Amino acid sequence: MRVMVLVKANEKSEAGVLPSEALLTEMGAFNEELVKAGVMLAGEGLHPSARGARVRFSGDKRSVIDGPFAETKELIAGFWLWQVKSLEEAIEWVKRMPSPDGEEGGEVEIRPVFEAEDFGDELTPELREQEERLRAQTAEQQ
Amino acid sequence: MATTDSSRTVEAVWRIESARLIAGLARMVRDVGLAEEFAQEALVAALEQWPRSGVPANPAAWLMTVAKRRAIDTLRRNERLERKVSELGRDLQTQQGEADVDAALDDDIGDDLLRLMFVACHPVLSTDARVALTLRLLGGLTTAEIARAFLVPEPTVAQRIVRAKNTLSRKAVPFEVPSGAALAARLPSVLEVIYLVFNEGYSATAGEDWVRPELCEDALRLGRILAGLLPTEAEVHGLVALMELQASRLRARVGPAGAPVLLLEQNRGRWDHLLIRRGLAALDRAEELAGAPGSYTLQAAIAACHARARTAEDTDWVRLAGLYDQLADVLPSPVVELNRAVAVGMAFGPAAGLELVEALAGEPSLAGYHLLPSVRGDLLANLGRHGEARSEFERAASLTRNARERTLLLQRAAACA
Repeated sequence: MRVMVLVKANEKSEAGVLPSEALLTEMGAFNEELVKAGVMLAGEGLHPSARGARVRFSGDKRSVIDGPFAETKELIAGFWLWQVKSLEEAIEWVKRMPSPDGEEGGEVEIRPVFEAEDFGDELTPELREQEERLRAQTAEQQ
Repeated sequence: MATTDSSRTVEAVWRIESARLIAGLARMVRDVGLAEEFAQEALVAALEQWPRSGVPANPAAWLMTVAKRRAIDTLRRNERLERKVSELGRDLQTQQGEADVDAALDDDIGDDLLRLMFVACHPVLSTDARVALTLRLLGGLTTAEIARAFLVPEPTVAQRIVRAKNTLSRKAVPFEVPSGAALAARLPSVLEVIYLVFNEGYSATAGEDWVRPELCEDALRLGRILAGLLPTEAEVHGLVALMELQASRLRARVGPAGAPVLLLEQNRGRWDHLLIRRGLAALDRAEELAGAPGSYTLQAAIAACHARARTAEDTDWVRLAGLYDQLADVLPSPVVELNRAVAVGMAFGPAAGLELVEALAGEPSLAGYHLLPSVRGDLLANLGRHGEARSEFERAASLTRNARERTLLLQRAAACA
């Protein structure tokens, strides 16, 4: 399965303050560990919300709001896409992340990505059931 | 921690750490079977203790320390292994704490993992044994998971693994990475195992499923790990490129109700463009590293050719025919020849393709291969020879072991009326 790992923003990241060299080095090493473990699929840092914009939908109306946005704690400063076997594996990897600079602390959110099977157009419940029965039958016959 | 949560957490840590744990232990005790035993004992201890005490800050070091203690206890009972005991004992005693264990672990981890990979894929073992052992020791899969993946009974897999370990012991296979020319000679057997696992997931040979994506993920992970361990080996990047590119099509290969969808008919909007990008990047690395491309690199180049075409009509068949020509030189085989025939047929017309296919008519290794009559049927249909095409499709349907593919072929036969 895949997960998206969302690194929440804080006052520093929103102010555009770059992480310390020490933290950058540690992060680089962490990313390397992820690559070496075959887990890393993609990852990027995001500019502060001051550089971004929002588009609001209301019926046919579209309105554009320029950043910065106020709710720092709900903003995202960066993301990864990882390949893992379970949410627990993603959690264990996140625990190994170097902690952000300073007393502020930080938060990381992990969200499983929708896979093909989740969309339901592949198998209707009836077909899925039939699939499971056939699978069980095959297993018994071996 | 709730009980179910904690065991899943332990499983997750196991998945992350087990290969390195076994590899490190194997270097110390010089026996892969023993190493796995001690690692398993550490796992049992973790399952017992972590729900109560929580997951340790450094799980790898915790597991290694426990495994080493178990190793000492066990080996102590065997006098022949006394020397190993004192080595381990000294090792444990000089540790000042977890930090030292950590440092000692880091030192040789990459090398140990590589050693483990080469040993698990040793040519003295049968292919089945190599696959089972690799998935077990390097993939961290349980016997049950391996059995399910290959639709083989669990006891069979368990036996395979036991016998494999015994063979390695009996033949005194050294725990080392071959060097120089020996590495070049042994690397193919490692790549072969990884690709076999991938293929089993990509185009399942038996059973009801057309694809088993989890196996592809396992193989991709192993391939990426190997690419990190052997960054200057072109064919490793070639294999990773091939797998990333093929995996990019997984979502598009299976239609509603699980029916297979052929490459040229796939909805390219369902192709995973992140994986395509990764595959193309890996292919670049492979092509930079080697002069003449190897078989995996060429196969990846072929997959890349398809990946770059925005629609099926945009496919550069002439380029593909050329790549297949190269592949036929490097990896001559009737199957490659058959694929070449398809590309040539698309590039230069069905008559040209059919000529190549006819040359394969008496080929013994293709006798039971459903794709031969399937391709022949396709070319005949394109030449308007519908009666002959129909019997070819029917023949192909009778030869395939995959139920969904059989349905597809029978449909094509019916369409020839």
